[in-house]
Amino acid sequence: MRILLKNCQPVDPGNELPERADLLLEEGSISQVNKTKDQPDNTDCIEVIDLKGAFLLPGLIDMHAHFREPGYEEKETIRTGSEAAAAGGFTTVAVMPNTRPVADNPATIELIKARAAEVPIDITPLGSITKGSAGSELAEIGFLSQAGVRGLTDDGQPVMNSEVMRRAMEYASDFGLPIISHCEDLKLAAEGVMHEGYYSSILGLKPIPAAAEEIMIARDIALAELTGARLHIAHLSTSRGLEMVLQARAKGIKVTAEVTPHHLTLTDKAVLGYDTATKVNPPLRSQQDLEALQQALNKDEIDVIATDHAPHTVEEKMGTFDSAAFGISGLETALAVLHQKLILTDKLNWEKLVQLMHYNPAEILGLETRGLEAGARADLTVFAPDKNWQVDTGKFKSLGRHSPYNGWDLTGKVLLTIKDGRIIYDDRGDQAEILY
Amino acid sequence: MLKQRKDFLGLYDVPGEDIMEILQTARSMKDIFTRSIKKVPTLRGKTVVNLFFEPSTRTKSSFDLAAKRLSADVMSISKSSSSVVKGETLLDTARTMEVMGADIVVVRHSHPGAARYLASNLKAAVLNAGDGAHAHPTQGLLDIYTIWEKLGELQGKKILIVGDIAHSRVARSNIWGLLNLGAEVRVCGPSTLLPRQIEKTGVKTYTRIDEALEDVDAVNILRIQLERQESGLFPSLREYRFLFGINEVRQLRLKDEALVMHPGPMNRGVEIESSVADGERAVITEQVTNGVAIRMALLYLLAGKEVQHENLA
Repeated sequence: MRILLKNCQPVDPGNELPERADLLLEEGSISQVNKTKDQPDNTDCIEVIDLKGAFLLPGLIDMHAHFREPGYEEKETIRTGSEAAAAGGFTTVAVMPNTRPVADNPATIELIKARAAEVPIDITPLGSITKGSAGSELAEIGFLSQAGVRGLTDDGQPVMNSEVMRRAMEYASDFGLPIISHCEDLKLAAEGVMHEGYYSSILGLKPIPAAAEEIMIARDIALAELTGARLHIAHLSTSRGLEMVLQARAKGIKVTAEVTPHHLTLTDKAVLGYDTATKVNPPLRSQQDLEALQQALNKDEIDVIATDHAPHTVEEKMGTFDSAAFGISGLETALAVLHQKLILTDKLNWEKLVQLMHYNPAEILGLETRGLEAGARADLTVFAPDKNWQVDTGKFKSLGRHSPYNGWDLTGKVLLTIKDGRIIYDDRGDQAEILY
Repeated sequence: MLKQRKDFLGLYDVPGEDIMEILQTARSMKDIFTRSIKKVPTLRGKTVVNLFFEPSTRTKSSFDLAAKRLSADVMSISKSSSSVVKGETLLDTARTMEVMGADIVVVRHSHPGAARYLASNLKAAVLNAGDGAHAHPTQGLLDIYTIWEKLGELQGKKILIVGDIAHSRVARSNIWGLLNLGAEVRVCGPSTLLPRQIEKTGVKTYTRIDEALEDVDAVNILRIQLERQESGLFPSLREYRFLFGINEVRQLRLKDEALVMHPGPMNRGVEIESSVADGERAVITEQVTNGVAIRMALLYLLAGKEVQHENLA
């Protein structure tokens, strides 16, 4: 199978590339990268696609998504989650272990891998830190490692016991696995539902102080220093949390951090009106936090942008703000929202985005990278920067139909997603298609 | 402006002149109370549904009475007697009432935003009778009405709200209503009961009651709930009484004409001493009476454009 992608703007900070390029894909890999030529060629290709100047990126990697299978297939399945990922331009997704049963054992990991073999993207299952993510006994981390797990997390259920977290870090280090920490002091969060500040005060909603996150970031940094373990802070959302990560890194502590698209583009003001699509944990923070996180992107102080795609059923997200579940269905809007709110406003450039959404997550999880070079596997994302569209959650591939971006008019959209040299998502026609 | 509103959910976005229109209407309603027949045909043929998902005596009976005095048909549903106990959602319960012909749905719910949620999903008018810690606009209005009736125009008046501001919908509705009328609003309580950044609304915050009472025209004393002590927000009711309770000595700091108010239900001997509650400055029972008038006014204003003012005569 040969595909020629003509006339694209390739983005890859790892390679010297022409401004306009033609890529030939063969046998699942990139076989040639050439400067765009005017004359037609390669008539023996199955398909010649004129990308008309669209951006071509190494396939995006999301290191934080919830695909809910096994156990919560009414919220999402590995199949529907993968389709949502492909539609969002992601070719690899790390899935969180808070399934039912929790992915604290090799059998559950094997089940996820078996399901993952049937979908067009790569899925890398994460394992839990503790048995049942209950926070008291270590999961069988050695067996999880043997089963191919590349990171450990009790996401959604922070490990509140510091002794358990310490031992988890020590033990995980023996297998070279990072601990991905959901930082939240549950007592201080006190069953709050939104960020504590002016808006929580006037809305009368139970507040979650920023300190609930920061205290646990401080604790985990102290434990990472004590143990020498690799710590990755999931969904960092506050400016003080960021400061602590930077200080720790300056001291040589092995800590990385991810930020979500929603914490980079929305604030607690979005909760006015009680839209349950804005209910997420950690909560949408203050304007000052948002600005600090945006500035940190440009200074290379944040390692990863990850979606924290957290699908729920329609019923779980309807009703009052208090009664709704936490979470945003984020895979299908992430790239377009980042383009509109950060790239078009010069807060982020494409090279940095590829670093944040491809190279860095790959490095943290020990995954192979897919540079735009001859010989590399062809996992690619094509983004058409001028394509106008309106977010309509009713058209999501994900079963999670809740997005604070619903109804937004966006400029720029994922046009093609290519996995191992094959088009798996195609939005060139009237109807966007997933191709198996 | 008021007549164009489908719903009435809070005082945040109600400008001063609209609040005054409500107060004026309430005054006309109050005239009815002194008649031998305390009923007018204004809302005849209209149906008001009281959906109360939280226990309530005074607000529920006040709405009940208000609707009946306007000759509306009234149905009251409480949580224990509704299908909510069978797992029906708030919205489905409300929709059931709507398709039976409810014109106005009065809702009380423990979740902030519950009234707004119904309002955006129902064609019927929704009147918020208290949603969690968010808003209780009819209580705010009846408190404001009581001050207005006793002391005149609100502009420049200094009004103090004492107690658990953080968890109080009454406080929030008083704050917005009073601010929109140009009053100076103070809130006082221990820092654990003052919500973060509340001063951004324009209120002044105090943690010492004697300073807060200085020169005020009215003090509105909120009920202190024992469960707040149990969840660690203050050490004991005894200490709260000592630090924030309004007693005779503190009452002496007030100006001659200043009012003592309480939205009820009172914990006598905790946030308010009995001699103060029953004293000359107290307008606590008037607040209750005015509540019926305010609710009649709002039901009338929401019931729709075709209801004529002349019907009041």
